[in-house]
Amino acid sequence: MTDPAAFSPAPALGGSSRTALRIGAGLARRRAAEKRFRAYGLTAIVLALSFLVLLLGTIFSNGYTAFSQTHLRLDIEFAQDAIDPEGKGDANALADGDYQALAKAALRKAFPEVKNRRAKRRLYKLVSGDAAYELQRMVLADPSLVGQTRTVWLTASDDIDMLRKGNVAVGLPESQRRIKDDELAWVAALDKQGAIERRFDTRFFTGGDSRDPEIAGVWGAVVGSFFTLAVTLILAFPLGVMAAVYLEEFAPSNRWTNLVEVNINNLAAVPSIVFGLLGLAVFLNFLHLPRSAPIVGGIVLALMTMPTVIIAARASLQAVPPSIREAALGIGASRLQTVTDHVLPLAMPGVLTGTIIGMARALGESAPLLMIGMVAFIVDIPKSPFDPATVLPVQVYLWADSPERAFLERTSAAIIVLLAFLIVMNLSAIILRKKLEKRW
Amino acid sequence: MQLTALVLILLGLTYAGFRMGRRRAVAVSAGRAEKLHSLPAYYGLYLVIWCALPAFALLAVWLAFETSIVTELARGTLPADQQNLPKARLNLLINDIRNLAAGDIASGQADAAIRAAGERYKSLENASFAAMAVLCIALAAGGIAVGRRRIAPVLRARNLVERTIMGFLLAASVIAVVTTIGIVLSLLFEAARFFEQVSISEFLFGLDWSPQIALRADQVASAGAFGAVPIFAGTALISAIAMAVAVPIGLLSAIYMAEYATSRVRAFAKPALEILAGIPTVVYGFFAALTIAPALRESGAHFGLSIASESALAAGLVMGIMIIPFVSSLSDDVITAVPQALREGSYGLGATRSETIIRVVLPAALPGIVGSILLAASRAIGETMIVVMAAGLTAKLTANPFEAVTTVTVQIVTLLVGDQEFDSPKTLAAFALGLALFVVTLCLNVIAFRVVQKYREVYD
Repeated sequence: MTDPAAFSPAPALGGSSRTALRIGAGLARRRAAEKRFRAYGLTAIVLALSFLVLLLGTIFSNGYTAFSQTHLRLDIEFAQDAIDPEGKGDANALADGDYQALAKAALRKAFPEVKNRRAKRRLYKLVSGDAAYELQRMVLADPSLVGQTRTVWLTASDDIDMLRKGNVAVGLPESQRRIKDDELAWVAALDKQGAIERRFDTRFFTGGDSRDPEIAGVWGAVVGSFFTLAVTLILAFPLGVMAAVYLEEFAPSNRWTNLVEVNINNLAAVPSIVFGLLGLAVFLNFLHLPRSAPIVGGIVLALMTMPTVIIAARASLQAVPPSIREAALGIGASRLQTVTDHVLPLAMPGVLTGTIIGMARALGESAPLLMIGMVAFIVDIPKSPFDPATVLPVQVYLWADSPERAFLERTSAAIIVLLAFLIVMNLSAIILRKKLEKRW
Repeated sequence: MQLTALVLILLGLTYAGFRMGRRRAVAVSAGRAEKLHSLPAYYGLYLVIWCALPAFALLAVWLAFETSIVTELARGTLPADQQNLPKARLNLLINDIRNLAAGDIASGQADAAIRAAGERYKSLENASFAAMAVLCIALAAGGIAVGRRRIAPVLRARNLVERTIMGFLLAASVIAVVTTIGIVLSLLFEAARFFEQVSISEFLFGLDWSPQIALRADQVASAGAFGAVPIFAGTALISAIAMAVAVPIGLLSAIYMAEYATSRVRAFAKPALEILAGIPTVVYGFFAALTIAPALRESGAHFGLSIASESALAAGLVMGIMIIPFVSSLSDDVITAVPQALREGSYGLGATRSETIIRVVLPAALPGIVGSILLAASRAIGETMIVVMAAGLTAKLTANPFEAVTTVTVQIVTLLVGDQEFDSPKTLAAFALGLALFVVTLCLNVIAFRVVQKYREVYD
């Protein structure tokens, strides 16, 4: 096709030798161009997929270490005068004890050579700030511990954890690292005694947020996401299906219906942050619903998810053949009975698939939730959709902003949890479609 | 919770109504069910409507207005000098009253007047709930009684029930329109308040953006400048970089998948590419800030370039990766939809495959491709988390991709996250930016849909 003249009708093979020569001359070049073009296409796909691999690889290699946590073994003396100096022995008195002192005393005993005050302060920071609460919980669970000495595994501080996970550049000069030489020596000494080890970190899955990375967990965010998505599902699924049924089965085709359709398509493409602005202006400032609450987040995400549900539901209602409707109408069913008893059940697999995909998108959404205050630092696990809460993607955003090195792996681990939920949801959508889909 | 209990009682009543209606219908037919106009269950549903509809409507209306009315009444008990405080102070006071009523600790010193108001608030709240509960239950029970009297064999229960359900279906389909109207109105309303304080021309054409404003009159701070051009330029720069990544990669992938790939490669590559669209954007943001930006800065330093750690390049690059599937998926569909006859005609004339694609298939699929690119551009402009995490905060008017620029979405987030006051132009500016964002993306979407639709008419 390089030149139209090259394709002028040739009377006989011999007579077209000039044309054939011209075609032949360009052939090598054209074939090379063909190969190049094909290679571009392949490169593009390989490039896109290698981005995907790089992205997931970075997240996983950064994050999987957060599932284990460094612990230190210390001989804790549960001294009476630190825990309960007045000897009352009831739960309140035990809860008020100075458990920090127990951990400090144990550390001093383990390293008696440390005399300097600054060095002592560094020594105390080997264990997490949470160690005191761990000891307190032990004593509250078993008050007979008071006065005894026990070997206890305590959570190490995030710096020590990072050191053990190889994330501290030990080669730098001492003044440039957070961990000083004496700390390295203590850790090495503990290591020699077998008093330091990494264990599976259950707290990451059961704890709420914290300023201390070593005890920060995702459970609060998971529960927040659950409440938010529950509200979204309760609103978006029935309303979306109802709207789809009306538009597909009952709406007269006029300008008004057309407007609604254009509207739904547009709404599906509106930037998510605009929904956040709507939520802020209408639900918080006008209706005075509680800030940071999953109920508001759920409503906003429901408005966002509804177009997806409607579009999916309409497509699967459309796929039900008209013969089903005609048969139902023919034996005397009303139009609504036809839909509720015959068409909708047949369309349900497609509707559910679309809903799950919409919900998966809602689970990963964070921008509109920033607008309605779901970015607060919340330690408590929410108990109802009206409690302040945050959601998984926003937790990722919050942790990503924290300066501690240990939060980097926590962030990646939270992303792994988030991706795991998304994979489960999308896989169930695919399985549902494979299992229940009908070809007419 | 008391409210949950009330809702459960109402639901119980509704179910009782259903059973009662069904039984009543059987009873009035006197054993001859064929005399009934509708199936007995429809008489049950008829009672459900009579019972639940008014009761839940009252509940919703009551809950919507309860807080403001109770607050207003409680405020009435405050001494006159406290009632005349400026609005912000008064709101703080009311918050204290609410906290006192809820048994929490008030922020300031609670004097006798506030305590009294708190007590009053609490008693009013209790009285209001009691009245609401009694009224709702009475309405539900009364509805059942009235509806039950109306049940007769000639009552066209099915038609009435279906008409009500139809009303609900219609209402559900209108929600999408209401949402759009809500978006437009809330943006317009707040933006109008912003434009009362800052002129539209300054906002649209001003070159200086520094929204910091003195919170108190005696504070030393800049007066704030609201020229949004640097923000629009930053958005355009990052989106352009994203499109420069996404369009070639997305389009070439689509061409390869539609024209060259074997069905097995296609079955693997298409869903794999779509995974890119399913990954939450906050993950991309983290990836951009953590991996791409430092890598770019270091490699830039290698070549003697100074690349900011929040450079437009890093954010744009990662955003481009994110929107690859938006380009490739739709383009793939339209390329596949080009009739095979066109390709065969071209092959018949001696063209190679790539020549056919470039000169025949792509021109035929062009409207659809343009549509997909416009949709992807609208996605890029409205994308928030990637730029919030990887782009800069200060507005700078530059076309240099190695510098840090800010975008519309970043500014909206930084202006609105945290404590806010709803009468300062700083907060309201976010709504003006939101309006601009909404209008631009809406235009892009409408044009894209139009282009795609027009294309469909050609071959069907």
